[in-house]
Amino acid sequence: MILEWIGAIILIAVVLPVVVVLLRGALAAATSIVGSVDRIAAAARAGSVNLDAAALLVTTDERVKQTIAAAADYGGSLDVILDDAQGA
Amino acid sequence: MPAAGVVMIIAVVAIVAAVVVYLLGTIVALRRIVAGLDTAIAAVVEITGKSEPVAPIVESINANLDAGVDLLEGLLVKKAGLADAVGLVDGIYPGAAAQGLRNVPESTEVRPPRIGEVYTRGTLTLARLGREAPIAAASPNGPALRNPVYGSLAARGLYPDGRPGQAQQLPRSPVIGADSPVQYDPGEEVGGPRRRLPAAATSEGS
Repeated sequence: MILEWIGAIILIAVVLPVVVVLLRGALAAATSIVGSVDRIAAAARAGSVNLDAAALLVTTDERVKQTIAAAADYGGSLDVILDDAQGA
Repeated sequence: MPAAGVVMIIAVVAIVAAVVVYLLGTIVALRRIVAGLDTAIAAVVEITGKSEPVAPIVESINANLDAGVDLLEGLLVKKAGLADAVGLVDGIYPGAAAQGLRNVPESTEVRPPRIGEVYTRGTLTLARLGREAPIAAASPNGPALRNPVYGSLAARGLYPDGRPGQAQQLPRSPVIGADSPVQYDPGEEVGGPRRRLPAAATSEGS
């Protein structure tokens, strides 16, 4: 009989508080992760939107090629028109 | 049933109830985490897909720009000579002569002539192109002023004795920018005469 009382007291005074503390800690940690994950998802979405302009690099590449080709044409013409520097 | 047994049952029920309550909350939080991670992963995959072609395109742009720089630098050095080329670059971008031309390492050792003082930025180009180009013909039916053999040497006729020596005594073009060696103090010249340049003082003394 005494042992049953001791067991009941241990359950109420020790086991129950320990279980509550541990589970409350786990819940608090999981809840705090939710905010971080939401911020990560928002940042990833914003980063993805910012990269929409990356497709314009293809146009930039084409423009650079055209510009360099035009400069090469001008350079070739200038090479014919202008004399080389003395001693060059 | 003894009272101790009842108390023990109540304690066990309380423990189970606490476990259920907190675990349900944890499960809900974990589900929200999973949903957030799914969103983040989808966005990251999208970022990876969008950024995948960036590197080769940028490499292509850099390669083309490198070729352009090589072309223009080589043409400038070939036509103007190394010293005048460095001087021209330094005249347009003061202080750039210190970096020199990329494909001509010895250009950093060249003391840039004062092309910007003797010839303004456009004068040199106009003198060389305007005097020599077919557009400079006296009339559509008349002979062109352009000398097809020594055409580009006509511009040098502006200064047949070479670059005026006085130009070499003029002060250097100021190096501008936040990291320039001489910083402009707005309070120094406001309302007062412009500070006398060192070379002007030298020329007055001579």
